[in-house]
Amino acid sequence: MTTQERVQAVVRRIAQKPLPSDPEESLFESGVLDSFALPDMVCELEREFSMKVPDSDLNPRKFDSLARITSYVESNA
Amino acid sequence: MAFVRAFGRYLPSRVVTNAELASRLGCEADWIFNVSGISERRYATETQNVADLGFLAAQDCLAHAGPSKIGFVIVSSGTSERRFPGPAAEIASKLGFAGVPALDVPLASAGSLFGLAMAANLASSSGQILLIAAEKMSSSIGDDKNTAILFGDGAGACLIDPNEGLAELVRWELHSDGAYTSALRLELNAPIQMDGGTVIMQAARKIPAAIREVLDKAQRQPSAIDAFIMHQANQNLIVRVARALEVPPEKFFSNIARYGNTSSASMLIAAAEWNTQSGFRRGQPVVFASFGAGFHWGALLAIGS
Repeated sequence: MTTQERVQAVVRRIAQKPLPSDPEESLFESGVLDSFALPDMVCELEREFSMKVPDSDLNPRKFDSLARITSYVESNA
Repeated sequence: MAFVRAFGRYLPSRVVTNAELASRLGCEADWIFNVSGISERRYATETQNVADLGFLAAQDCLAHAGPSKIGFVIVSSGTSERRFPGPAAEIASKLGFAGVPALDVPLASAGSLFGLAMAANLASSSGQILLIAAEKMSSSIGDDKNTAILFGDGAGACLIDPNEGLAELVRWELHSDGAYTSALRLELNAPIQMDGGTVIMQAARKIPAAIREVLDKAQRQPSAIDAFIMHQANQNLIVRVARALEVPPEKFFSNIARYGNTSSASMLIAAAEWNTQSGFRRGQPVVFASFGAGFHWGALLAIGS
């Protein structure tokens, strides 16, 4: 699986909703994720990619879309 | 050494239901409950100010404490009506403690936890310390449904004693980080503004970390703690903190369904109600924790005496 596919699987697991077809679309504005799903999703990303997201990166804008999450994981995992 | 000797609380009588708020804000009552765990909250009257609320909570606390000799008063509030003076001296004076030093701690949410730690440090030199947290959040909310649904008014209090009490305040860890000043703030003459996503992400990480930090230093595990009394910010946050610590959420006392988020007052209101319902047993470890605007956050370990 590619990183993007693994990210999609994580977000799908947390959101329990269909994902937007456009990876740039906001996951919050489209209603896929809400504020309380964010910390859950970060925990899942940390588990899935064996990474640690530092407190300074806990900013919703970094995780606003599938594209941004994938880019974050590729840069930090 | 410092002990908590008594708790007190005051909640205004006016109940504001989700249905009432939903109609004003143009949302669904069920949505309010689902995103917050809140069913209703209390609003003070137009004429009640922060000092009035704090005074009534303090009276309740002193009635539970029995005879006392107050050497210092600390009042936390993020919704004081004036830039200065804050409500501390006014409350102390109303209680008959004119001349006793009274200090304002203008911290929202985490103010009562910081006040508790401060009181524990001061008790050996100042004697009994009356800590009060009072908030009139209803005066600070606007029409943004994401924040207006959360908040309520109320006050809590506790008496810290250098020699004896219900529980000893054993250890605490406090933190502040001004990098997040804009994420949650109440500007002069404007309603509360909150970047909910940032607040929740940071709180869901920092609260469990602070609790683990204080317990690690006390060589205790979260699973060995009998009760957690946390700032009542949002039921969904309380559940996530419990999950992060791998303890059952039932160990986290919760009254947010009835009062909403009363900012710095919430932890002491919760403590007062927990103490009435359960209370400390000898040797019982209980953790207090909070997080709020600033950001300021931390945790404190108390052991029943």
